[in-house]
Amino acid sequence: MREVAVVSSAVHQVEALTFTTDVQLMVPLINQARDSVGLTQDDIGFTCSGSSDFLAGQGFSFVQTLDAVGAFPPIAESHVEMDGAFALYEAWVKLQIGEVDTALVYSYGKSSPGSRRDVLAVQLDPYAMAPLWPDAHSVAALQARRLLESGGVTLGQLAEIAVRSQRNAVGNPNALRASADVTVDDVMADAVVADPLRAADLAAEADGGCAVVLAAGHRARELCDRPAWIRGIDHRVDAHGLGVRDLTRSPSAALAAARAADRAGFEADAVDVAELHASSTAQVHLLTGELSLGDDVRIDPSGGSLAGDTLMAAGLVRIAEAARQVASGDADRALAHASSGPCLQQNLVCLLEGE
Amino acid sequence: MGSLGERTAVLGVGQTRYQSTRGDVSIAGLVREAALRALEDASCTWADIDAVVIGKAPDFFEGLMMPELFLADALGCVGKPILRVHTAGSVGGSTALVAASLIQGRIHRRVLTLGFEKQSESNATWALSLPQPFSVSINAGAGGYFSPIIRRYMARSGAPELIGCMVAFKDRRHALRNPYAHLHQPDLTFDQVVDAPMLWDPIRFSETCPSSDGACAMVLGDEATGDAADGPVAWVHGTAMRSEANNFPGRDEVNPQASRDCAVDVFSQAGITDPRSEIDAVEMYVPFSWYEPMWLESLGFAEPDRGWRMVEDGSTGMDGGDLPVNCSGGVLSSNPIGASGMIRFAEAALQVRGMAGDHQVDGARRAFGHAYGGGAQYFAMWVVGADKP
Amino acid sequence: MTGVPDERGRLRADLVIEYPFTRTTGPVVGAFMTGLRDGRIVGSRRTDGRVFVPAVEVDPETGDAITEIVEVGSTGVIETWTWVDPPRPGSPWEDPHGLALVRLDGADTPMLHGVLVESADDMATGMRVEAVWKAERVGHITDLKGFVPEGTGQAENSAEGTERAVDETDEAVRSIRTPIRLEYDFIPSAAAQEYLHAYADKRILGNRSPVDGAVFVPPRGVDPRHGVAATEMVELAHTGHVGNFCVTHLPIPGRDDLPTPYVSAWIHLDGADIGFLGLVAGCDLDDVRIGMRVRAVWKPDEDLGATAENVLYWEPTGDPDVPVDRAGNRAWRDSAPGEVVEDA
Repeated sequence: MREVAVVSSAVHQVEALTFTTDVQLMVPLINQARDSVGLTQDDIGFTCSGSSDFLAGQGFSFVQTLDAVGAFPPIAESHVEMDGAFALYEAWVKLQIGEVDTALVYSYGKSSPGSRRDVLAVQLDPYAMAPLWPDAHSVAALQARRLLESGGVTLGQLAEIAVRSQRNAVGNPNALRASADVTVDDVMADAVVADPLRAADLAAEADGGCAVVLAAGHRARELCDRPAWIRGIDHRVDAHGLGVRDLTRSPSAALAAARAADRAGFEADAVDVAELHASSTAQVHLLTGELSLGDDVRIDPSGGSLAGDTLMAAGLVRIAEAARQVASGDADRALAHASSGPCLQQNLVCLLEGE
Repeated sequence: MGSLGERTAVLGVGQTRYQSTRGDVSIAGLVREAALRALEDASCTWADIDAVVIGKAPDFFEGLMMPELFLADALGCVGKPILRVHTAGSVGGSTALVAASLIQGRIHRRVLTLGFEKQSESNATWALSLPQPFSVSINAGAGGYFSPIIRRYMARSGAPELIGCMVAFKDRRHALRNPYAHLHQPDLTFDQVVDAPMLWDPIRFSETCPSSDGACAMVLGDEATGDAADGPVAWVHGTAMRSEANNFPGRDEVNPQASRDCAVDVFSQAGITDPRSEIDAVEMYVPFSWYEPMWLESLGFAEPDRGWRMVEDGSTGMDGGDLPVNCSGGVLSSNPIGASGMIRFAEAALQVRGMAGDHQVDGARRAFGHAYGGGAQYFAMWVVGADKP
Repeated sequence: MTGVPDERGRLRADLVIEYPFTRTTGPVVGAFMTGLRDGRIVGSRRTDGRVFVPAVEVDPETGDAITEIVEVGSTGVIETWTWVDPPRPGSPWEDPHGLALVRLDGADTPMLHGVLVESADDMATGMRVEAVWKAERVGHITDLKGFVPEGTGQAENSAEGTERAVDETDEAVRSIRTPIRLEYDFIPSAAAQEYLHAYADKRILGNRSPVDGAVFVPPRGVDPRHGVAATEMVELAHTGHVGNFCVTHLPIPGRDDLPTPYVSAWIHLDGADIGFLGLVAGCDLDDVRIGMRVRAVWKPDEDLGATAENVLYWEPTGDPDVPVDRAGNRAWRDSAPGEVVEDA
């Protein structure tokens, strides 16, 4: 396995990018990520992005966003209609081949112009589920109730997760929901949005984007003081139907973590911090179990996706945040998680380590 | 010689019949038909597959957002990795290349890759040209975009007016030899092609591609699986992708630099210095007939402004041509958009495996697969050969 | 498609993505839909006896096909639920309702559907429910109105006349209609707002690249070749040349006002370095050519608004053509790096 590291990143998340297009959002982020390690696009060996046409309400929306890269002279480039974490995986694979040493990865999502919870219903089984238009909050609630009633977690514990996220998010400029003094009682007093979930249990919807530069081997060491080495990365998918799965589990998350750990040489629980991509506090709880994260692991030091969740970018943002923890020396080992689909159907786990 | 990384082989190919409406299957049924045929061709079962890479054009076609999630079960993918690629019209090619990279990078040993579109669930003009507020809507569909570029090519190359019709007639004749092709028009005459209504002058209806349902799949494997295969495999000799911005000063939209760069890269990996003599069969993305001479020039099969002469003198036809192009009938005869690029790549593989049936080029040893997308700005190409690189 | 300024002068418009998708079902999903039409719920049975409801065509664990269709009960038990208030746009329900995974008697997997009760207080995991049906059924998941507490559905079902005799000659359902409608609040970017507002004053704006001075129209706030922000606005001439064009013989959706054939062209304004799309008229279609000099024909002043539609079309000026090899984007090639090309 070739050594590949995250050497720089740039993130921007806000509640709504009302007067900014995707391309205008990404120009400064891509430039910031490249500039901070002294690279221009000519120095980048492979570029890969992630986005969704359905969010943009426009087919081929990524074609316009390519303008943010400065793709001339022409570049080796690809795009996934997935979260940017999967674009990063594709770039990591490309770096494994050995023909290029650097990669630019970016993704973005601007869900504020539409009703995101309803748009996401179009992801579901188009015959027997989508025509009922089950919105994303309701789907998350079905899973949360299964977890609560299976005895795995209590509403109070979910509130504690919400409080931890909001407190950790203080000082994170990309967090939409942060509070130093929020309490469990405050959260428990909130109105129920999607029974049994309260507003604070659901990830704060954001518009935003993220750009990351990857580099291999000595190139990474040249570019930054403390590269965040990707020791292991893997992703897996579960069955689609809500009825055919045990919603209290996410086997694909556990499997991705195990496979990533095989490559990394250390277990997913042997990390200092973990950044999780969850759409509800219940999912944070579920993932904590599937990834075997113990009490000594600092979970979501940035606030996690609960504090700011940009559809199509939140997973890549988790990798960027985990890498920052390593780069700054705040962590030696970090886990970043990304997910896609209803009820954590698809999961990616990335294990990072400093030297 | 050859690209870096693990040697990669095409172990199996599977295609559905392409037609306007596959009314007998669901979306899952459509993709499984191609996938199961590819598995059978590769003598594999679902359990042998390590990962799946799926591609298609805009999700609006089926009104299903990120369909890889719904299709995970149908593609035997539960508990495995699945990636979903979208690079506009080139997506079928890019998808195959992402799958190849999983082998080349030694991540997996066998990967299933698949492109599909079920265009009949909606309507191509609607899905490709969703109106955007505040923009003046005067160009309908891809034809309105590419017609001016073709006009520019005609002006600068001095090509005779009916070259496009010759390409269209040739590809429709080729399609008669391909049982999977959408358009089977045995009674079509050249005069009918010429007399077809003009849609986007200079593009006639007969010079455009149909709107198809369909899926195409391949099983790719590493060197050991390729060596162990009972039947013939196609070895990957070169892979390349290039993209450039859509509209900028100085852009050569007729012969984009991304296309030229991509071809130079892929041929160099394959050790090819004279593509015309060293390639035995070409599967090229030609959704509008004039793109055949344009790409012949861009890719280095013809001198600048002389690609049309190869069409005129029959060089690109199956009967007697020295560089048969689109023996399958090409995009002009079948166009399930998300699969169209992969069909080019898969047909190239079938040629060097000697498994192209009635549209087999005798003795083909090396073949070229090509796809492009967006405003002729996304390119994916591969060279495959009968011999291990 | 245009919009109107709000009270603060900001342009916005509704963007609606809407299509009545037709989905062909194949045999297994078709059997499920056929069952619904006939007032029955069917699943598919795996060889080990496990029954999936709704019927699935593939075993999620192995990828193998499942083809055996079996009928299950129309009563069952709620495994998990939530409460939807207000009901979601596009959903079949007009009142607040439960949404639940219901495992029907005889099924091993639960199915998603609505639960029609007064409030969340009437919902509970483990509650037994029964199906209630529409009277007019077509073979669609919404033929099932939802579930109600067991023992309370009979009145509704018989009032609706559920006992539809299954006619043996009825064909199996082969396709379903699943309309999708998504609404977006489309707000142009700040650069686009300025561009559109300038049209009301008969001004056409572009962005100038800070790198090489190239001018882009419409202004998108970016130089795509260099990937940098381009925020400087420049006003452009109302004259230019045809960089390239298409004679369209097809009517296009939403433009019933455009008689065919018509000419759409890449208009390269004097002072701009890329083209943008416009109509060419005021001359014989056969006279339109690459390099032809044109000028804007504007709407009457009283009809002007914040829209690019203010330019009705571009008509020939009669001036000598720009040479073909200097027309369009290619003109830039002839210039020295950094030099701004002024056409003609």
